[in-house]
Amino acid sequence: MKVVSMVAAVAASSALAGEITGKIKITGEVPPAREITPIKGDKLCGPLHTKPVMTRTYVVGADHGLANVAVYIKAGLPAGKTYTAPASKPLIDQVGCVYEPVVSVAMVGQTVDIKNSDPFMHNVNCQAKVNKGFNIAQTTQGAVNPRVFDKAELAIKLICNVHPWMSGYVHVFDHPFFAVSDKDGNFVINGDLPDGKYTVEANHIKSGLVTGEVEVKGGKATLNLELAVK
Amino acid sequence: MSPSTPQNLHSVWLFRFAALVALATLGLVCIGGLVTSKGVGMSVPDWPTSFGYSMFALPISMWMTGGVFHEHTHRVWASGVGLLVVFLARWTAGSGSRKILARVGFAEVLVGVILMRVNPLWKGEAHFLLGIGGVVLAAAAAGWKNAPASRLAVRLAWAAFWLVQIQGSLGGLRVVLDSWAIGGTTGGTVFGMIHGCLGQVFFVLVTCLALSLSGWYPRWTRSASDLRGSHWVLLGTALVFGQLIFGLWMRHQHAGLAVPDLPLAYGQLWPKTDAESLARYAGRREGVDSITALQIHMHLFHRINAVLAFLAICLTFRFSRKQPQGHPVRTLGAAWLCLVAVQFALGLFTVLTDRAADIATAHVAVGSLTLAVGCWSCWSVRVHQHQFAEENQVLPGSVLLEMPAAR
Repeated sequence: MKVVSMVAAVAASSALAGEITGKIKITGEVPPAREITPIKGDKLCGPLHTKPVMTRTYVVGADHGLANVAVYIKAGLPAGKTYTAPASKPLIDQVGCVYEPVVSVAMVGQTVDIKNSDPFMHNVNCQAKVNKGFNIAQTTQGAVNPRVFDKAELAIKLICNVHPWMSGYVHVFDHPFFAVSDKDGNFVINGDLPDGKYTVEANHIKSGLVTGEVEVKGGKATLNLELAVK
Repeated sequence: MSPSTPQNLHSVWLFRFAALVALATLGLVCIGGLVTSKGVGMSVPDWPTSFGYSMFALPISMWMTGGVFHEHTHRVWASGVGLLVVFLARWTAGSGSRKILARVGFAEVLVGVILMRVNPLWKGEAHFLLGIGGVVLAAAAAGWKNAPASRLAVRLAWAAFWLVQIQGSLGGLRVVLDSWAIGGTTGGTVFGMIHGCLGQVFFVLVTCLALSLSGWYPRWTRSASDLRGSHWVLLGTALVFGQLIFGLWMRHQHAGLAVPDLPLAYGQLWPKTDAESLARYAGRREGVDSITALQIHMHLFHRINAVLAFLAICLTFRFSRKQPQGHPVRTLGAAWLCLVAVQFALGLFTVLTDRAADIATAHVAVGSLTLAVGCWSCWSVRVHQHQFAEENQVLPGSVLLEMPAAR
């Protein structure tokens, strides 16, 4: 009896929590990843890797799925509605002299933890254009600097000038309906998304933007989008 | 006066010291160029401290980490050049300069203390003023007695004295105000460009000071010359300076090469710069997020100006061959042509190697030397115009470049 009520509760909550699932595909001739040769040559970064470190501009998985694409609701949300930032803290890690993940997403007001996992220093130079930029040094291993972005802004670039090949991006939204595609290009935008029609946009650092229309019915919708190599 | 008289020895050593400062400044330009080429200018986020340490007490392990090596070396080297220039000014201007130095040093220390108390935001600038003020006071305390050098040398030395301090301050502001929004760009870009440009001007100034103290300079006023065609010297120098501005602008965009191929640009004579084309250009480039129409146009102007400067320097060379053997313009014309040829090749290699840091930096360094030789040539021509005016009793200021043609 107890088990039955729990199942019913989960079913009820999933009916309230709408989600959009889908896949981002890439078309055209994808340039091959190249080795980031300065890492190999760096006396501190080089020994941290046993294999060549490759660029992650186009990470293509099964069935032309494209990773590291920010996918978010562009239009269709109730006008004037404000959302509370989640308590979770996305982590941007500097590990092995690369940013991990290379593309992050967060909501306005949400704390983002920026960490240095390497046994030597990095600096985090945030080149925001709408938000306030910053440049902080993380001189010790394990250092974590929490940061909050107070305005919505796409593709805020983070770079390390100590190791200039290191760069990552943060997309900041004023609502919680966003995701980043996984290694096979799949994404799930979930949350308290009411039924209705939405415009969804996919944003890839190199191949740009693509939008699609989707209707969430009964808390579910599927949308596949295609980006092209420029 | 025999070469071994104390006065002569003093002059020789003053010239050697000035030449050392010029050489150290060229080294500083090279390291500064390397900092920009490698994109490591902000690897040390604070100034004048480095990661909170006094600049001169940064642990070696931190100094040797990645781009910190270049940026911190640039800072320490710049401090050394600042120190040398202050003492060069003291030496060139003679012991009579001690009073002025003492007043300046005291004022700088005082302003530094006031700034520190008024607003903690100005702490960096305050520390800089305290540091440089201390160095100036030390130069004022240097008690050896010596007469000033020529009036020209003293003027140049004072100009270098002030410029090195402004330049150091601008370098700091480039770091401190990096993320400030200034007219659609950042404080880092604006102050970085001014800092880079002034660095070249400072190098030229110090080389001119060394030249004015050299044994070569007095010979300029003794050689007759045919000044027809000397306008090419001025034009060539102006074009080289313009080239330097274009180059600085491009480098301080930190956007990589806007046009990666040559002699064409994206396979065209003048590439399309509509939004779709720009997105396509950027899409092809690894590590380049966006390319703007202005970046492409500036890159192409840089190429066109390079050809114009090369032609002007070739014509200057032809003008220089008309001068008698041993004439300074003759020597400078040949040196200028060699430099611009090397510079042209380095420019090509900068594009072909996708802006390899060492090649791009060599391009900056040879550019500085090209500008310096251009300025020396202009100066040399100017000296001869004055000489011509005196010999022909023409009122100063009325000598035109065409005057010799009327002879």
